[in-house]
Amino acid sequence: MALNGQYNRRGFLKVSGLLAAFAAIPTSVKAFYQDVKQYLVPKKNVSRLTLSVNKKSHTLYVDTRSTLLDLLREQLNLTGSKKGCDHGQCGACTIHIDGERALSCLTLAAMAQEKEITTIEGLAKGNELHPMQKAFVECDGFQCGYCTPGQIMSAVACVKEGHAGSVEEIKEYMSGNLCRCGAYNGIVQSIQKVAAQ
Amino acid sequence: MRPFNFEKVNSGAEASAAKSQNKQFVAGGTNLVDLMKKNITQPDILIDVTKALSNTIEHQNKGVTIGAMASNTKVATDKKILKDFPLLAKAILAGASPQIRNMASSAGNLLQRTRCPYFYDVTMPCNKRKPNSGCSAIEGENRMSAVAGYNNQCVAVHPSDFCVGLSALDATVTAVTKEKTEIKIPFSDFHKLPENTPWLDNNLPQDAVITNIEIPGNAFSKHSAYVKIRDRTSYAFALVSVAAAIDLDGINIKDVRLSSGGVAHKPWRWYKAEEFLRGKQATEAVFEEAAKLAVRDLKPLSDNAYKIPMLQGAIVTALKNCISQ
Repeated sequence: MALNGQYNRRGFLKVSGLLAAFAAIPTSVKAFYQDVKQYLVPKKNVSRLTLSVNKKSHTLYVDTRSTLLDLLREQLNLTGSKKGCDHGQCGACTIHIDGERALSCLTLAAMAQEKEITTIEGLAKGNELHPMQKAFVECDGFQCGYCTPGQIMSAVACVKEGHAGSVEEIKEYMSGNLCRCGAYNGIVQSIQKVAAQ
Repeated sequence: MRPFNFEKVNSGAEASAAKSQNKQFVAGGTNLVDLMKKNITQPDILIDVTKALSNTIEHQNKGVTIGAMASNTKVATDKKILKDFPLLAKAILAGASPQIRNMASSAGNLLQRTRCPYFYDVTMPCNKRKPNSGCSAIEGENRMSAVAGYNNQCVAVHPSDFCVGLSALDATVTAVTKEKTEIKIPFSDFHKLPENTPWLDNNLPQDAVITNIEIPGNAFSKHSAYVKIRDRTSYAFALVSVAAAIDLDGINIKDVRLSSGGVAHKPWRWYKAEEFLRGKQATEAVFEEAAKLAVRDLKPLSDNAYKIPMLQGAIVTALKNCISQ
């Protein structure tokens, strides 16, 4: 059809022919397909959830399959938490659940009820950045910035847990957050800076 | 992910009563949610057991009872576990990331599935994922696979570090069945070898739910070590790992436990080497003899012969680390 990126007459005729054929299928056949599909493909289940995010309560209707990450990004427009791998391997989606760091991509939204969820958007106090956010800016703790919200959420927890005693300890306790730009040195410095405060 | 219904239960008995073939329990979700995303596990109904099971850690008579829902972090940071069973904390902290350890439950850790690449690749045969479809790893990518206890149906290894520690410390798994009867399974019988049913990882009855894990008191608290060798320094599954614990009487080994991850379909105890070490002096030469004895009967696959000298070295290092404390 589009050989080497070029359009040609044969391709155009094929596509327009197929489109015309599809349009000619009677709607009754299409409706029948929808009926069959209902039996073959399980229907999605939607449930009503109440979640507390950054000290604000939200009541939403959510597909049971929805992860907390998808809910935060798609329904609450809190796009700070990033979808990196979506399989719990990169840490870009790290948030705090009841004050502990957790992966929002492996948390089902339905299981996050009655818990206090904090995202990167909930760290700063108004226009005053969280000390860890300031430290990341000052120490060049990022390059492209995609992993940064997860790194910062993890870093805040790392200091709070008391695991910022040495460079080795910081590296071990930050190992769940990957950075493809390799800003690790700046990240470690940021954490040391905050831990010393 | 296939759509599913979501239910909550409030007690262990309620959970086991609710269990049936198309239903799955979910606790931390760190493994199951991922498997569901990849369409490897497709339950019709997901049962949330987080409120149904205990998350406490109770110490009594020198032993400890860990609630099924106690998070991996909670176990690894429990002050009395650090004092009486430091091997457990060392094993847990060698696994996963802080985020995952915060989320993952103790019982869930026991029930996690293998990380064999073919188990995760739905386009390839895998007896564990699809019964009787064949094993792709046996002649495929098998550098992470088993070197003992496997057969031509499955060469997968159990991925847990926590379980290696539990097997070394002779833990017991307590579960409750549909009839509300309590069953106790010794840890060495909890996980199974592939046999003719590689799709089953353990001997837990289908309708049972784990309520807690018990570890008896022991004399290993002063001399224990966990050595884990992996592709990167942190946050990776083991190529091989060794949990070692010695009850030392002067320079003599009164009792010893040796167990490994990355070796077989279940945490692998080195009974022969333990037997050899009992009553001997704790010297490097003796450790080297024991390690040689341990790896003697291992049968590597096409890509994992490296595991044998690696294990031998890891066993010696773990035993040496025990007595250097």
